[in-house]
Amino acid sequence: MELVINAVYIVAAAFFIFGLKMLGSPKTARRGNMLSAIGMLIAIVVTVFSKSIVTWEWIIVSVVIGAVIGAFSARLVAMTAMPEMVAIFNGFGGGASLLVAWAALFETSTMFLSVTVILSVIIGGITFSGSAIAWGKLSETLPSKAVVFLGQRFLNTLVLIALIVSAVLFCMDPSPESPYLYAVIGIALLLGIMVVIPIGGADMPVVISLLNSYSGLAACAAGFAINNNILIVAGSLVGAAGIILTNIMCKAMNRSLTNVLFSGFGATKTASKVEGEVKPITPDDAYLILEAASNVTFVPGYGMAVAQAQHVLCELADILEHNGCEVTFAIHPVAGRMPGHMNVLLAEANVSYDQLIEMDDINPRMNQIDVAVVIGANDVVNPAARTDENSPIYGMPIINVDEARTVFVLKRSMASGFSGVDNPLFFGENTRMLFGDAKESISAVISEFKP
Amino acid sequence: MELIPVYLGLVLLLSIFLGFELISKVPATLHTPLMSGANAISGITIVGALLAAGAETGNGMLATWLGAIAVTFATINVVGGYLVTDRMLGMFRQNKANDKDQRS
Repeated sequence: MELVINAVYIVAAAFFIFGLKMLGSPKTARRGNMLSAIGMLIAIVVTVFSKSIVTWEWIIVSVVIGAVIGAFSARLVAMTAMPEMVAIFNGFGGGASLLVAWAALFETSTMFLSVTVILSVIIGGITFSGSAIAWGKLSETLPSKAVVFLGQRFLNTLVLIALIVSAVLFCMDPSPESPYLYAVIGIALLLGIMVVIPIGGADMPVVISLLNSYSGLAACAAGFAINNNILIVAGSLVGAAGIILTNIMCKAMNRSLTNVLFSGFGATKTASKVEGEVKPITPDDAYLILEAASNVTFVPGYGMAVAQAQHVLCELADILEHNGCEVTFAIHPVAGRMPGHMNVLLAEANVSYDQLIEMDDINPRMNQIDVAVVIGANDVVNPAARTDENSPIYGMPIINVDEARTVFVLKRSMASGFSGVDNPLFFGENTRMLFGDAKESISAVISEFKP
Repeated sequence: MELIPVYLGLVLLLSIFLGFELISKVPATLHTPLMSGANAISGITIVGALLAAGAETGNGMLATWLGAIAVTFATINVVGGYLVTDRMLGMFRQNKANDKDQRS
């Protein structure tokens, strides 16, 4: 029977692989996700036939509770709250792997087993508490600013050493009652908190994808602890996926992973001050320019999510298209708080995905764009990243909106972006500032179009 | 018996390579669904949780309790992860002509 179960696990693994493969194209993605869910169902169903499962009441109660919580939160969550939802689901996965490995200690305790258990406990613990903090920051339950204090690195090093020492001591005499086990659990949870608190809002895409990777690796380590191949296959697939996403995010910010994780933003250099005069514009004038434009691109950022402006933005895009204008949306890879955040919000507002253009594709034709409209984005359109070597964001690839014929910047006030850097774009010759709440500004422009 | 860790290590190695191959070509539009879909797959740890929660209680209740909590956590991860991914992907549309009527 165990042989049959393991054979069925291979089938489930095939479903996961095909599912992930199909997630790579917008046309097949939904079916891919379905396929991967079927794989999961197969794995779960065949597991309950295992002869080692003898009691049922706890399983049934736990599954029902978990399914109800999961289903309700997935149905009710607002699309703008998606980053924190993904973060918290992720945390639950990591926490589950920690507990599975812990429970595995009650079976046998060989040296190999104890090493894999402790790895799973450490990674699972960091994922759990790290994701909880990420959830807090993303949902603004906790302040989203980076928390940096004197001696932080030193303290983190101490915590890390304490973790390694306790882990080694545990492995020398593994038992479920070992005090070192509790020490490792506690310190791993602490480390997860310490790693995420110094990371500010705009760096969150990196952290979410990294935690995503960790939750896979934790499942993978738990797979070694209980000798289960499906956990290893599925866990390492997720681990690899998360690492690739993390890498893409880091590249999009021109920073190394260590730089994102261990340093606050822009602590070392001070950018050259930008002087100049901003040219404000009223919705009436914005309307006149947009009305005459034959080519408009919108560049959304986190501010669009905050202002919930995606629906009015889509309405404006529709109006412009009816007016004979070609409309595109230029998306920076790290715009927002998670990878692909803007794409999800615009999809919710019914923008078709072939209107969404990636940074590398829009930049070469930016000089043919009549109007580039920046909505709630700042650092990702800051030309200082190209020109000012002293700028903390120097070298980061940006969307070159300053090369468009006219740039509108929708902005609440003249405050600087997350990195605290001045943005020369606002003082550009061809830049017009449309001050006020993004949603209200766009609505005002729309009302100009309606006679 | 000694060979099992080696065999599992091979499985690990191949899966990681496969993962890199599968994901490296995903367009930016799908990054969020990919992440939450992958996240749901990491809920596979539910298999281990089920085995722990359902095992004989000869070792004391703690193992069962740990398993039961793990099942709850992993179920939230699996059910929530797949549903939320499906909900997101349901919103991705290719061209507007097809959904004009749905919008009203």
